[in-house]
Amino acid sequence: METNIALYKYCVRIADTSLILAQRMCEWCGHGPILEEDIAMSNMGLDLIGQSRGFYSYAAKLESKGRTEDDIAYFRNEREFLNRCIVEQPNTNFAFTMMRSFLHGCLAYLQFRTLVKSKDDTIAGLSEKALKEMTYHVRHASEWIIRLGDGTDVSHEKVKEALENLWQFTDELFEMDEVDQALIKSGIACDISMLRAEWDQMVNEVLAKAKLERPLGGYQSKGGFNGAHTEHLGHLLSEMQYLPRAYPDAIW
Amino acid sequence: MSTKDNWPTWEVFTQQKNGAAHEHAGNVHAPDAEMALLNARDVYGRRQEAVNIWVVPSVAITASTPEDMGPFFEPGNDKMYRWPNYYKTPEGIKQI
Repeated sequence: METNIALYKYCVRIADTSLILAQRMCEWCGHGPILEEDIAMSNMGLDLIGQSRGFYSYAAKLESKGRTEDDIAYFRNEREFLNRCIVEQPNTNFAFTMMRSFLHGCLAYLQFRTLVKSKDDTIAGLSEKALKEMTYHVRHASEWIIRLGDGTDVSHEKVKEALENLWQFTDELFEMDEVDQALIKSGIACDISMLRAEWDQMVNEVLAKAKLERPLGGYQSKGGFNGAHTEHLGHLLSEMQYLPRAYPDAIW
Repeated sequence: MSTKDNWPTWEVFTQQKNGAAHEHAGNVHAPDAEMALLNARDVYGRRQEAVNIWVVPSVAITASTPEDMGPFFEPGNDKMYRWPNYYKTPEGIKQI
């Protein structure tokens, strides 16, 4: 696979995952359980939008078809989005949102930590900034999972249910294909399968503190990073993309 | 005053640069100290306003009351000698 084509896809996968989670986090704006969390979740959403912008801009440059970061974000359909399915799952409740951020965040943290050493300078630079942000997101989500899991009966039940529902999307976090293989050889991408043991350790540690049992096996949903999504992504995009599609020349 | 429906408040102090004094920035609600620190970071430190943050349970602060104002502060009014600029610097002295 030609490096530029692979790199384009690699960047879009990262950018889409950050953008879709950003959209979900920002849905909390004005609805947070307390003012402080409301601000925290929107802040983290904005961190994620920043990450996606960096990777979209680089993808647009690699593609060199005159498209901008906005064109890539707003003028593609559901099947063209390459995010991991876990991030498109609806917010549901606060415990679910924290668990989603936690399971995805641990992987994103490990991925960016590895990509800081990428042979591609742009990827390395973007990852350095993202790494600091993800370090905080994981800390924030972990603290909440521990408190909810080891909290009241109600909070324990909710976070337990979130874990059990989201677990089916965790194998997909580690899915790779020829895009990754091509870039791993040249030292640009990171071999995500090598991060599994550390991800397991991070997750197990927090779940143990939260008095939650790690789900065993069960059905695993895959395919998001090649455009096969759950039913939730289309609805999310219809809201996120409405304005630029209805008014393509709108500026602000 | 930690109850299920009402988290305690924490006073937030931020330090703007190394060596500077921590200044009161405001307060946050949080169930415990670690969460108070995270909330303080999100509310008062997200625009790089701080290099360090302290959080202190609001209940740990003992404050003077408006009734204290007279006995606490007013006796200073007529005691100018408590101010350094009351004293004249002797001629020729560059530093005291």
